[in-house]
Amino acid sequence: MTQFIKLLARNQLALAGGIILSIVVLVSILVPILPLQPPDVTNTADRFMAPFSEGHWLGTDHLGRDLLSRLLWGTRLSLAVGAAAAIVAAVIGSAIGIVAGYFGGTTDNVIMRGVDMLMAFPYILLALAIVAALGPGLMNALIAVAAVNIPFFARNIRGITVGIAHKEFVDAAKLAGKGHLTILTTEILPNVVPVIVIAMSTTIGWMILETAGLSFLGLGSQPPQADLGSMLGEARSALITNPHTSVVPGLMIFIIVMSINLLGDGVRDALDPRLRSGALSRPKPTTTVARQSSPPHGPGEGVLDIRELETQFHVGKRVFKAVNQVSLNIEPGECLGVIGESGSGKSVTALSVMGLVASPPGVITGGAVFHGGQDLVGARYSTLRRLRGDKVAYIFQDPLSTLHPLIRVGEQLAEAIRVHHPVGKAELRQRAIDLLNDVRIPNAESRVDSYPHEMSGGMRQRVAIAMALANEPEVIIADEPTTALDVTVQAQVLSLLDDLRREHNVAIMFITHDFGVVAQLCDRVAVMYGGQIVEQGTTDDILANPAHPYTRKLMECVPELGAGRRELAAIPGLPPAVDDLPPGCAFAPRCHKAQAECTKAPIEMTRGGGRAVRCLYPETKLVEEEPA
Amino acid sequence: MGGYIVKRLLSAIPVLLGITVIVFLIMALIPGDPATAILGSYATPENVEKINRDLGLDKPLVARYFIWLGNMLTGDFGRSFSLNRPVIDEVLERFGATLVLAGTAFIICTIFGIIAGVISAARQYGLADKAITFAVLIGISIPSFFLGMMMILAFAVERRWFPVSGMYAIYGGGDLADLAWHLVMPAIALAVVATGVIARLSRSAMLEVLRQDYIRTARAKGVHERRVIWTHALKAAMVSIIPVLGIQAGFVLSGAVYIEIVFQWPGVGRMLVNAILQRDILLVQGGVVFVAACYVLFNIAVDVAQSLLDPRIKT
Ligand code: SF4
Repeated sequence: MTQFIKLLARNQLALAGGIILSIVVLVSILVPILPLQPPDVTNTADRFMAPFSEGHWLGTDHLGRDLLSRLLWGTRLSLAVGAAAAIVAAVIGSAIGIVAGYFGGTTDNVIMRGVDMLMAFPYILLALAIVAALGPGLMNALIAVAAVNIPFFARNIRGITVGIAHKEFVDAAKLAGKGHLTILTTEILPNVVPVIVIAMSTTIGWMILETAGLSFLGLGSQPPQADLGSMLGEARSALITNPHTSVVPGLMIFIIVMSINLLGDGVRDALDPRLRSGALSRPKPTTTVARQSSPPHGPGEGVLDIRELETQFHVGKRVFKAVNQVSLNIEPGECLGVIGESGSGKSVTALSVMGLVASPPGVITGGAVFHGGQDLVGARYSTLRRLRGDKVAYIFQDPLSTLHPLIRVGEQLAEAIRVHHPVGKAELRQRAIDLLNDVRIPNAESRVDSYPHEMSGGMRQRVAIAMALANEPEVIIADEPTTALDVTVQAQVLSLLDDLRREHNVAIMFITHDFGVVAQLCDRVAVMYGGQIVEQGTTDDILANPAHPYTRKLMECVPELGAGRRELAAIPGLPPAVDDLPPGCAFAPRCHKAQAECTKAPIEMTRGGGRAVRCLYPETKLVEEEPA
Repeated sequence: MGGYIVKRLLSAIPVLLGITVIVFLIMALIPGDPATAILGSYATPENVEKINRDLGLDKPLVARYFIWLGNMLTGDFGRSFSLNRPVIDEVLERFGATLVLAGTAFIICTIFGIIAGVISAARQYGLADKAITFAVLIGISIPSFFLGMMMILAFAVERRWFPVSGMYAIYGGGDLADLAWHLVMPAIALAVVATGVIARLSRSAMLEVLRQDYIRTARAKGVHERRVIWTHALKAAMVSIIPVLGIQAGFVLSGAVYIEIVFQWPGVGRMLVNAILQRDILLVQGGVVFVAACYVLFNIAVDVAQSLLDPRIKT
């Protein structure tokens, strides 16, 4: 609770709203003891005096009544009526909701049908019908506004009650032989009261507005008594000649409703944990780049040359070093595996290449990625966009969430081509069908018009692969493309990728946590741990003689090729949190060979025989490199 | 698709019946002698006798309901005593004017609300986002009737850009341009609150969608950001925006009451208020049932639009 209030207070707008509202409420409570002129005493000699007149700060109205006095009395009445309507609606609506939710079954059905019927009405229309039946008057307006808000409470509270009615403590109370009424009042009610209060605070603004509205129409408070709405309604006939009589009550309604809205928004934000963690921010078109030192010089080797890449996540004051000084390069037509547990930074490395790391919170803080002689890190958006999907294409993990659910797969394929090459409509369709054929999708002619949800997981991933191939890119970056699939489908998709790689001579950067997959597909492999590369070499060498203790553990986790879908449960301990890396070797806490030496200083890569390893006590000694 | 529409229309029948039951019950609650209450100041002995006969007020409640319902189904909504003409004629005539006003306001709030919400989300925390968020806060807090009055002061009295009130000029008006000229201020005043609500919702729907994996896919394909936002993201966000459009249409339709009073627009809302003040209950009854029924049908159209957009909905 104190935390909630702190959060609320930090929201300056909400605080402002709260203060304004408190002042308005306080003043309207004090109205009877304030030295005001009587609000209803007419004095036609003094009609329509302008604001700041002698004795009448806000002037007078068409009957010469003091506007300030009428305003404050009217505010008091409007607030009281609005609050009363809110309470009535909350009490009756919640009672209905609790009964429906608690008893369930037919009771619930009948009640909720009725509620649905009420909600089918345009809101104000129902209030008008009720006032029509009861006749104009403030009390009747209050009843009408309360009545049309009952369904809102009934529905919300029912939902909460249904959730509670099946909790153990309710069952326990039933077994203890307590009656329904006792259970409702002692077990259910205390749990729904907070929700009722919140629902009330969000609707009270509406209720004040609606009662004011009915009064404005002449259906609410009747003269000489006036709430803000009827003041405005009466002033309307003098709008053109004496606008101040309209502006004064109108502004007051506006101020009240706005302060309630501000406060309500603040309450909602403080209660919504997603907003608190900042997770609701949207990623920008490219990852933010803020390099702290001058980047390495080009032009770079191979089709893709990642140099000393550093990518971090900045969440509040915390900094997560997801990728730390990673260098990788890929030759044309080569398949490079990047392997590691989740959280090792392998996916972030992959996404950094084309600036696809969600930003905020992602920031590329150092390094370079060379492609065709130019540095992609910090390249302009237009440059990156032209290369994305054309020269460097991606395949992502879960094809159900990575394909657009509302667009036909044929159109999604066609779009991949169209954004880079001007091709006619008919040809695009044919190209899409050809692509589907390329990835061995049967009945491509009809499948091209399917939506993603009409396909199987394996089929969808084939579509994603087809999309990556659409423009014959130089490199495909595949981020765990088979992890979400069944084992058999996984094998099919892998062999498809392998075939396609040879047919199209495309280089692949393959991100995975599964050594079986690496063995099947990759020429070379880089092992990542805690945001760093800990070992690198040809697949054959590493499979035969892993040098890093971590690599060795990883391999032991995969009994059979391609069958390892487990997230390496076999390695004792957890991967490190990348905001709190130990100095020296990040693997030390889980390493059986760890010595005191390992955690003293950062460990450099040792190179030899075309391999590299970041370990003081490797499993196998690398062949000494000949001095150049 | 045709089958789906028929199915939705059939499912609307109980709702429509429910609406008539509710309106009937509200009217049946009128205290005192119903005939006199219904007739109000028009309760001459002949009228009382006529209405007792028309509505079968001597019969039990259930029978009365079915007589009333049966009459309505044949297009007989009774006769307005204050206007001395059939209720249905008056309602149809007035409803046209309301439809013009509310329809225009609905188009305004849909277009501007969605555009503002999308821009706001695409530029989250940027200047445009802050400006829009602030404008939305003002917009949803200002009572439409007060806004309408202030617009009259500013743009019809101080500067004579638009007419003070009415639907057509009294002399020499009557064409479409004249209608449009009269329509501008009331339609905007009516649309403001709904625009704010829609903008707010569109913003959060877009923020939700923009974090989805398929947006990253679109960007990875090299789709231009403009297209990512306005096609890929907006299309997905519409799934949660459309139902709110349906709800807001209800607010616009009934909020027209205030605007029709302020701008003296000859719509069904102003008719209802006058009828209530005159205690012309049959006119109120007919007007409410008619407008509510139209709203139910509109919501079916919303559902159909939703199913056209989202192939995952079983039709
Ligand atoms: S450096 Fe030390 S702790 Fe790290 S892997 Fe090698 S032996 Fe283990």
